[in-house]
Amino acid sequence: MPIIDFAQVSKYYGGQPVLDGISLSIAAGSFVALVGASGAGKTTLLKVVNRLVDIDSGTVAVNGQDVVSQPAVTLRRTIGYVFQGIGLFPHMTVAENIWLVPRLAGLKISGREARVAALLDMVSLPVELADRYPGQLSGGQAQRVGFARALAAGPAIMLMDEPFGALDPVTRGDIGPAYRSLHERMGLTSLLVTHDMAEALILADRVIILAEGRILADMTPHELVRARTNPAISAMVDAARASAARLEALARET
Amino acid sequence: MTGDIAWVELARLVQAHLLLSGCAVLAAILVGLPLAILAAHDRRLRVPLLGIISLLQTIPGLALLALFYPLLLLLGRETGWPIPALGFLPALLALGVYALLPVVRNGVAALHGIDPALIEAADGLGMNRPQKLLLVELPLGAPVILAGVRTAAIWTIGTATLATTIGQPSLGDLIFSGLQTEDWRRVLIGCVAAAALAILVDTMLALIEAGVARRSRVRLGAGLALLIAALGITLAPLPDGQASTERLVVIGAKNFSEQYILAQLIEDRLRAAGYRTQRRDNLGSAIAYRALAAGEIGVYVDYAGTLWSNVLHRTDAPDAATMLRTLAEELDRQDKVRVLGPLGFENAYAFVMTRAQAQALDISTLDDLARAAPRLRLGTDLEFLSRPEWQAVERLYHPAFRTMRRYSPTFMYRALADSSVDVISAFSSDGRIVALDLVTLGDPRGALPRYDALLLLSSTAATDSRLVIALQPLIGAIPIEHMRAANWLVDRDETKRTPAEAARWLNEEIRRAR
Repeated sequence: MPIIDFAQVSKYYGGQPVLDGISLSIAAGSFVALVGASGAGKTTLLKVVNRLVDIDSGTVAVNGQDVVSQPAVTLRRTIGYVFQGIGLFPHMTVAENIWLVPRLAGLKISGREARVAALLDMVSLPVELADRYPGQLSGGQAQRVGFARALAAGPAIMLMDEPFGALDPVTRGDIGPAYRSLHERMGLTSLLVTHDMAEALILADRVIILAEGRILADMTPHELVRARTNPAISAMVDAARASAARLEALARET
Repeated sequence: MTGDIAWVELARLVQAHLLLSGCAVLAAILVGLPLAILAAHDRRLRVPLLGIISLLQTIPGLALLALFYPLLLLLGRETGWPIPALGFLPALLALGVYALLPVVRNGVAALHGIDPALIEAADGLGMNRPQKLLLVELPLGAPVILAGVRTAAIWTIGTATLATTIGQPSLGDLIFSGLQTEDWRRVLIGCVAAAALAILVDTMLALIEAGVARRSRVRLGAGLALLIAALGITLAPLPDGQASTERLVVIGAKNFSEQYILAQLIEDRLRAAGYRTQRRDNLGSAIAYRALAAGEIGVYVDYAGTLWSNVLHRTDAPDAATMLRTLAEELDRQDKVRVLGPLGFENAYAFVMTRAQAQALDISTLDDLARAAPRLRLGTDLEFLSRPEWQAVERLYHPAFRTMRRYSPTFMYRALADSSVDVISAFSSDGRIVALDLVTLGDPRGALPRYDALLLLSSTAATDSRLVIALQPLIGAIPIEHMRAANWLVDRDETKRTPAEAARWLNEEIRRAR
């Protein structure tokens, strides 16, 4: 049974379809990248899973259960969510931010210290950061805390909306693979929205290309790099490969 | 000695002022914050709500206070509940409404100004509405919300001085009575005290605001300590020298020296008879009588002509005995108000000129005045031109003055003295008539009714025989010369006395006459 299942999912904004009858099954443990141009529907597709967006028709099931069959807040607490804005609460310490979902679930505060330390360690941050406020963190540190917060309640699914988008390239090159190894180690199911094809090809084991609310391609990175059937897809992959090749050439010259 | 203010009196007024302002701001927060939360999330509610609150804000503070009186009176009559229409409640409501705008406006702005990423994070983590509000929106909006509370507090402390006019003690008592008796020290002390309170409260809230915004425990702690100190000051018991087991009598007074003196005279007598007393000073003419009829004040002095036209709506001017008999019967029938009797002097409206000008123009009656009117300027008190007495004068004498200007009573005499006006609507018991060598003009056509000063009791006060016995000696005991002299003690510029001192002098005269 797939852990996430989309069946004929449609969503309209002002009469225009953003998701146009999408059917898709995602297996537990997979790392899926959703790519496409702006407005292709990738963020919307991500948000219908934890009901930050409600669909107009079709069904979305998580663990075989229709997402509308339970309260949205209950559903959201079982699914990790990370996005470009990060959204750490500036009036709470790092520890308080990370402990939010367990707190909402009513867990005792006595378990906080150990759990926060473990989560900080998991995202490769020193435990001393626990008492800092978000304003005192670097961009990379803040996003790692964002991941730690999303993982605090031990979710099986992680939804990520351009999580590395606001980070500088060095941090970005660092934190992406770090998350990939977390994904493996914890047996997560990860959905990553990105507009960066290279990032999708490197991190994911399944890449879904969306255009105008439909699935244009659904392949492994390996298949995608070789596929030559659709010129639009080829162009996206080629662009990513071309910059890599230019860098490679530059490196050889010196 | 010019108008010394006892520390206890000042302390009591500061307490009353703080209590009123604090309750009004608290009420505004309790009502305003939920409204702001609703409005911040609902556009259809936000626009009309802010519109209505801004509109309420444009009503002058004094008018808003005055409007709550008839409103509560009506409400009390319709529902049959014992709703007090004077004093704390209407003042609280009016000031609360006034304080609403900054609380709601800043509340909406605070909740609106929160970074959308934080709202998305709150939703994404699975917070429900109350959790989002308590954990995210209110803590993040707190500095802006507190800034609104600060504005509200400063406005309220300033505006609360006006609560005096609807019978709620505040620092305005000093300002209003000082203004009436030209005791500028009282006015100054009232203003300075109110300003000092405003600055103190502002500092306190600024500390709390900064403490919250910058997560500074020191600032927050200092602010909260000040808040607790202010609470302590507000609620600290003050010695009032009155036995608390005795029945309480509330004494009303309108806003001029004679009323302060007579109210003090009554108060001294009642205290001597063992009653606890409270004062409601600076009441408007109509409010004072209504308050007595509603039992909110127990006793005050009003004038036959005022009651005749304002309460009985009569325009004729019969002789004193008929008028007194009719008033006694009608007031008892209408409102169960008891006319204990006349004090012995009249405080009638009288047209008054300087002796020099009256002789120069050969004016001694209102007929003469009407003939000379096109060349003359009339100065009146604030209400005279809207009163039936003026209508009667117009109907019977047809004067057409060059100009007509309204003054507060004190400034009206000034205007006559410095020739800004030629004739004024004075009061016959005023000490300034003798002191400034003014002449009263005759009223051959009987336009101006009798204005005998009458001691009025509410229905409850009238049934208290001990109270009646305590006040009975005042009936017929104050001749016009004594009242004029007592008024002059307070109204003159040199060696001014307080109304309390004038009341003691008057009491001494009454005692000596027996």
